[in-house]
Amino acid sequence: MNKQAFSYAAAAAAILLSVNVTPASAQGVTKEMLLHPSSDTWPSFFGDYSGRRFSALKEINSTNVGNLSLEWAARYTPGPAGTAVNIKSPALLVNGILYFTSPNNGWAADARTGREIWHYAYPPNTGNTNGNRGFGYYGNWLYMETPDGNLVCLNAADGKERWKIRITDPKLDYTTTAAPIVVGNHILVGVGGDHLDNPGFIESVDPETGATQWKTNTTPRKGEPGIETWPDEYAAAHATGQTWIPGSYDPDLNLYYLGTGNPNPVMAEQSRKGDNLFTCSILAINPDTGKIVWYYQATPHDTHDWDSTESVIMIDGQIDGKPRKLVAQANRNGYFYVLDRTNGEHILTTPMLEGMNWNLGLNAKGQPIPDPAKYPKPDGSLVFPNSGGATNWASASFDPETDLFYVGVAKGWSVYYQTDTDDHPEGYGGVDSGAGSEGGSLLAIDYRTGKITWKHDWPAGGGAAHMLTTAGHLLFTGNGNNIIAFDPSNGKILWHSGLMGTPSNGMTTYMLDGRQHLLVGAGDSLYSFALNHPVK
Amino acid sequence: MQTTSPTNNGFLCVPLRASAPLREIRLLSCVFIAAFTLTAQTGSGEKATISATPAAVTASKEDPAAVDRGSKIFAGHCASCHGATAKGITGKGVDLVRSLYVLDDEKGILLTPPIRDGRPDKGMPKSGLTDAEILDVAAWLRVQSYGAGHRTTYTFLDVLTGDAKKGEAYFNGAGKCNTCHSPTGDLKGLGSRYTPQQLQGRWLSPTGRGGAGGRGAAAATGPSRSQKTVVVTLANGQTVSGTLDRVDDFNVTLHDASGAFRSFTRDNGIPKVAVTDPLKIHIDMLRTYTDADMHNMTAYLVTLK
Repeated sequence: MNKQAFSYAAAAAAILLSVNVTPASAQGVTKEMLLHPSSDTWPSFFGDYSGRRFSALKEINSTNVGNLSLEWAARYTPGPAGTAVNIKSPALLVNGILYFTSPNNGWAADARTGREIWHYAYPPNTGNTNGNRGFGYYGNWLYMETPDGNLVCLNAADGKERWKIRITDPKLDYTTTAAPIVVGNHILVGVGGDHLDNPGFIESVDPETGATQWKTNTTPRKGEPGIETWPDEYAAAHATGQTWIPGSYDPDLNLYYLGTGNPNPVMAEQSRKGDNLFTCSILAINPDTGKIVWYYQATPHDTHDWDSTESVIMIDGQIDGKPRKLVAQANRNGYFYVLDRTNGEHILTTPMLEGMNWNLGLNAKGQPIPDPAKYPKPDGSLVFPNSGGATNWASASFDPETDLFYVGVAKGWSVYYQTDTDDHPEGYGGVDSGAGSEGGSLLAIDYRTGKITWKHDWPAGGGAAHMLTTAGHLLFTGNGNNIIAFDPSNGKILWHSGLMGTPSNGMTTYMLDGRQHLLVGAGDSLYSFALNHPVK
Repeated sequence: MQTTSPTNNGFLCVPLRASAPLREIRLLSCVFIAAFTLTAQTGSGEKATISATPAAVTASKEDPAAVDRGSKIFAGHCASCHGATAKGITGKGVDLVRSLYVLDDEKGILLTPPIRDGRPDKGMPKSGLTDAEILDVAAWLRVQSYGAGHRTTYTFLDVLTGDAKKGEAYFNGAGKCNTCHSPTGDLKGLGSRYTPQQLQGRWLSPTGRGGAGGRGAAAATGPSRSQKTVVVTLANGQTVSGTLDRVDDFNVTLHDASGAFRSFTRDNGIPKVAVTDPLKIHIDMLRTYTDADMHNMTAYLVTLK
């Protein structure tokens, strides 16, 4: 029996053992709470299904934010796997308890003090530990991916493992870093990793048993729609298109909006001529069936490692004076996109950076037309932006009160080298080598026009960073080791606090004991802020 | 793909930085490239592929001698169906680079049975190899997979496609490089110190680290003539100047002419801070280069021995 078969058997046995001792419970996180989160919770990755990271709280506001002060800071230490703690997960908050992760580790901590309540330490393994983006929470159960390709279900009360199932084979170089998202009776599980031509997918599992409900490949197989955008079935089947950042969800349309990663071989495109659907795309998926209802490909035939996994943010807005249901995304490729989320109709594409040199303009659907002269080459092609992209996975924010979309951008250049010119390249097939940076900026974009309303250029570098907006007329983000509050209308800095590290997770805000708090993680620590003299 | 730093760059997607001196690379190349690249070429004999690069052999911790033997055995016994680089041939042998038999193999435990006994149901014959030979093939195969999945082991191909004469003309003409540099002065011997790929990164962005990180790189720490300087103008009009230590929206620190450390709090742009970066021209120039300019310049600079 090989290892994979053994693991499946073990997982199956674990499920059989656990099913009998699993009481259904009305406590914890309910469907209703996920649909309409109350102000004293932060129950999922983005806080709510819109993905916009806007809070209606305003006790902390632009007139008093100067009094925002540290209530506590707490440091967390790793388990026996030894992976240095780096908290990229937002800290979920339910019933006054914070739940957060780092690769191979999960914690529950008291939101009033930061003190650890329990620590789930995953055993040593050889999986990729580049990140873990948090728990999914449903009922009394927490769901977390592990570096070695498993999904574990923990009891939120004590952190004890309920079951563990295999999602991927880590030997195929998948990374399992995504935060599971709960939609209805579905735990949506994404994967990452584009080193070795591994097939990309999104899977829905049963919250009670971990059994697969559906699994949708992000690239087509024989006879499926999109296969015509590949030269052959082999290229399509091995082309990654990963799903490592959660999507947003519209309950009225019952559509889950998910961004997909870049194709593979990443920088050697000769074996995958064509648009390469559904890589670098925004997909609208029916969460009950896994069916892709519509798609929009932000970067056809990507050769620069520009995943489209950045936040897909729902906006109920107006275009040309008419109310529209929209989604917007600030893409790693340097463009800002707005689509009609009912059907994927393209509304606008605008550049976030000046002077991008990798495409030949936009086609009728607003998609950049790749310039073959700027594909990675054996002797190098100089491209703006670099592979880290104009922006990256850190969450953007949309503030419905300013009608502005906030995103951090980096202005780096790279020389992209193709290192594999074989007819059948494998792996990355190339690398990019940094060629200098023009710095980084915070942009406030008007979603109706795609125009930049204001921007803040950081004095010494910066780029993608998590954003949070609030009804207190505040925009929070990070730069260097600082967490900073801006006036979201004009970019004036209103407050900051220096931390012991670079803010590393999406900051969150919530009511606790009648006072609004701001929580942010930086490396191995969490920091909780509240007003010194709260307004009564 | 995902990227490593906590904020903008999430994971492994850090652009490679050239740093190793040329002579070290050459030593490795002499030993390994000659040994392995021949077997790693495809039918045309010209296309570069993944393969057991020296870096992949070293990083994978496989025995170089076993890998060398395995490459020859594979070429003679396996390549006709599985391809010279083990990536498979449609209709004949499967891709072994991403095969779980290879990826999960340790000490030939998984690979020995199919190689020794064949897989008759799949049309694969017995190899006729000895157990020792199979272990050598297994070692070589594991390096193929390792190399494919680890970008840091990739080998750059021919970077020197430019025209050195045109590069020299650009250096002294449109590029105005000779305003600050001299081939017989500060750049003397430059071509001997780096590989062509490293050199290309260094001249594009010479921040002292062989091609600066394109992702919000920190202040330069290079030699003195690339040192950033700063002038801080206080509210009372007094100025303090020196070499820049750090700056952000809330603080600026410097060393003044006496070497003393000075630190100032900033509040919405006050005091005023003016940073001078002697290397900024290199960043500004990025928007002006064609790829041909870049390749020509690199071809020229490698001639500066």
